[in-house]
Amino acid sequence: MVGSGLPAPARRHWGGGRLQWPLLTLLLLLGVNALLNPGLLHLQWRDGHLYGSLIDILNRAAPLILVSLGMTMVIATRGIDISVGAVVAIAAAIAGVMIGGTLVIHDGVASHVSRFPMPLAMAAAVGTALLCGLWNGLLVARVGMQPIIATLILMVAGRGVAQLITGGQIITIYYEPYFAIGNGFLLGLPVALYIAGAVWLLLQFAVSRTALGLFVQAIGINPVAARVAGVREELITVCVYAFCGFTAGVAGLIVSSNVKSADGNNAGLLMELDAILAVTLGGTLLSGGRFSLAGSVIGALIIQTLTSTIYAIGVPPEVNLVVKALVVFVVMLLQSADFRALVRSALRRPAELTGQP
Amino acid sequence: MSSPLPLLHARGVRKRFPGVQALAGVDLCLRAGEIHALMGQNGAGKSTLIKVLTGVYPPDQGEVLLDGRPLRARTPLEAQQSGISTVYQEVNLCPNLSVAENIFAGRYPRRGWQGGWAIDWQRMAVQARQLLARLHLDIDVTSLLSEFPLAVRQLVAIARALGTESRVLILDEPTSSLDDDEVGRLFTVMRQMRDDGLAILFVTHFLDQVYAVSDRITVLRNGGLVGEYATATLQAADLVTAMVGRSVCLDRQATAAARGDIARRTPALEARSLGRRGRIRPTDLSLCAGEIVGVGGLLGSGRTELARLLFGLDRADHGELLLAGSRTVLDSPLDAIRHGLAFCPEDRKGEGIVAELSVSDNIILALQSRQGIWRHLSSPRQAEIAQRFIDLLEIKVADRDTAVGQLSGGNQQKVVLARWLAISPRVLILDEPTRGIDIAAKQEIMDEIRRLAGQGLAVLFISSEIDEVARLSDRITVLRDRRKIGELPGGSDEHAVYRMIAAGS
Repeated sequence: MVGSGLPAPARRHWGGGRLQWPLLTLLLLLGVNALLNPGLLHLQWRDGHLYGSLIDILNRAAPLILVSLGMTMVIATRGIDISVGAVVAIAAAIAGVMIGGTLVIHDGVASHVSRFPMPLAMAAAVGTALLCGLWNGLLVARVGMQPIIATLILMVAGRGVAQLITGGQIITIYYEPYFAIGNGFLLGLPVALYIAGAVWLLLQFAVSRTALGLFVQAIGINPVAARVAGVREELITVCVYAFCGFTAGVAGLIVSSNVKSADGNNAGLLMELDAILAVTLGGTLLSGGRFSLAGSVIGALIIQTLTSTIYAIGVPPEVNLVVKALVVFVVMLLQSADFRALVRSALRRPAELTGQP
Repeated sequence: MSSPLPLLHARGVRKRFPGVQALAGVDLCLRAGEIHALMGQNGAGKSTLIKVLTGVYPPDQGEVLLDGRPLRARTPLEAQQSGISTVYQEVNLCPNLSVAENIFAGRYPRRGWQGGWAIDWQRMAVQARQLLARLHLDIDVTSLLSEFPLAVRQLVAIARALGTESRVLILDEPTSSLDDDEVGRLFTVMRQMRDDGLAILFVTHFLDQVYAVSDRITVLRNGGLVGEYATATLQAADLVTAMVGRSVCLDRQATAAARGDIARRTPALEARSLGRRGRIRPTDLSLCAGEIVGVGGLLGSGRTELARLLFGLDRADHGELLLAGSRTVLDSPLDAIRHGLAFCPEDRKGEGIVAELSVSDNIILALQSRQGIWRHLSSPRQAEIAQRFIDLLEIKVADRDTAVGQLSGGNQQKVVLARWLAISPRVLILDEPTRGIDIAAKQEIMDEIRRLAGQGLAVLFISSEIDEVARLSDRITVLRDRRKIGELPGGSDEHAVYRMIAAGS
């Protein structure tokens, strides 16, 4: 019975496994969507790239995927970051203000000019977002604040900061090359998808090929024991929050590029809640420890599919949040093992009664 | 006054968990008016049997009879209503509530309209006093629980479990956090309850306690029944043999005390008036390679505080630390690990294991920390290291990927020990490595410590069980009131340690 001598295959718990329910949910949602909206699955090759609702969903999901990846790591350390929406707005504001852009006609040739070089503007935006994450991380790991309170500070203040940067205005961006991030295509697929995919791959690599995955889980499950075992729990926690800020910054670039403007008030609004939901839908527990990056990506796709569906089938705008909440409720019920057991026993009991006269 | 008819009778109980046959046909006969000890090593099936008796687990086979009728309890609450009360090892009481509130938490007596919307505080106090009177305990039930010593809290936990109609009381290691006087007090109450006709099932690891209080003993081993004995006719050595399945030498084993050359070597670890305000006063300590230095002292004497200073978990604000002869300031546990130090903390669940991670991940955690985040141990390498220590320490686990939280206490402790052996330390600090684990696992761990010292490891062995310290150590440092009061040579017996503590100098 106790075969301690038998070498069992070493399973890796992060990244994979337990994905069947999130995947099933996504497929179910797409199926319903396709029934209501037959055009959904229709893909078309036009002007050298793919067009279609599915591509559209993927493209629009990219910012949420990015933020969800950062959020997954934070939640795995038993933390939470509710400031990501505000950080998205800050990054978008910085990018918007620094790029701005005017159309200059010189010798009859129209060319776009940005206020600062575009790479500099993007680096400043993402760098500031990283600093925001760093601030959160220091508050949590160094000062010892509760994560939800520590990040609440920036959640509230961040929108104000974004407003200050944009001067309270919606900044419109007129610099053509910048639009490639949120609207462009590369080899037939949206550029934003490549960005989200690259961050996912890098993170996946980091958690499975370095000890990051082990350390983050150890911290999330038992921070004291992790520290006694030599895990640099403070440093890793700070880095995880900084990374979460970084993903929010990149998401801010995509969002501002996609809508060609920076709106301190509305960019990334309530994105923190969508991200937390995506992580939860993907099977990562809010109590920390075990996490699944692929699950969070699927979770983000579920949410975007839902949002797109609601718009596509013409749910009146005044009820669409209620519809979304209902669907999320049902999905969470389906994914709850307790609820499934309850349903199963409720189904079995009448069967037993008829089986035993 | 034990009656021949069993009050609670388990017959041929079998219970299987994935990968483990937890119970393989166990009988237990509990009579009214007896104290019945349930003995066995960790993993013998004691906890599973208790959970079957109290309705937590249904048995796969066999039956539990109460008064000759099958017990139909499916939850601990139903078991309690049928008259079977249980007090678990971890006392889940709230120190910031009153005694009466603790006793009635979740089922406060109500008064007022329609069964009551308000708590009937007076009735609660009266009933609490009645329940405690059954335990022969007369205290102010409106005082906060935190005002009472542990033994009284243990009795309050029993009162909480004990309904007025209880006939069977199951005590799962009630004495593990009590001192000798408190144990004596608990036993007095247990005897009184027995004489009142209650059937008491008593689980403990302490042999002397079994002999002090029990009438009969049932021994389990590896999920099977070894036998039921009358305590008066069973020798201690035979009891241990029954539990372990082979004879164990309980006597003092020859330590390598003859290592006279140790004193002339540079100590692997030396503390020179190392201290921290409010934790431990400046203390001198030296520890050589191949030496086991015991730290003896009562609870609160500063044992753990000393270990935390030596391992860099707390910063010293006085004195200096020398490792292999050179002055060192340890900023963090990682620092200590890099200097070849290892530390098994006292609180295994809180500071030792990472419960939801696998055995394998737990074993490699410290080694991976020392290697840093980039030099990742490959899966085959992890598996190899984990398997080596699983075999070396005979950790009983079906699969390296089992979550360590599912293991028994002794095996969890071995996993923590394996974690530290994996970094091949020069100095090993063990804080209560044998707490709450059974006698055979204890012996195995102590043998392992001795073997490691023989290979040149310096071991600091901290334990509240002074006889263990005396048996194992080459030298004994004695602490009292957060300072070192002296040192005794190896071979001193426990009474010498107690005398030194009592004398206080």
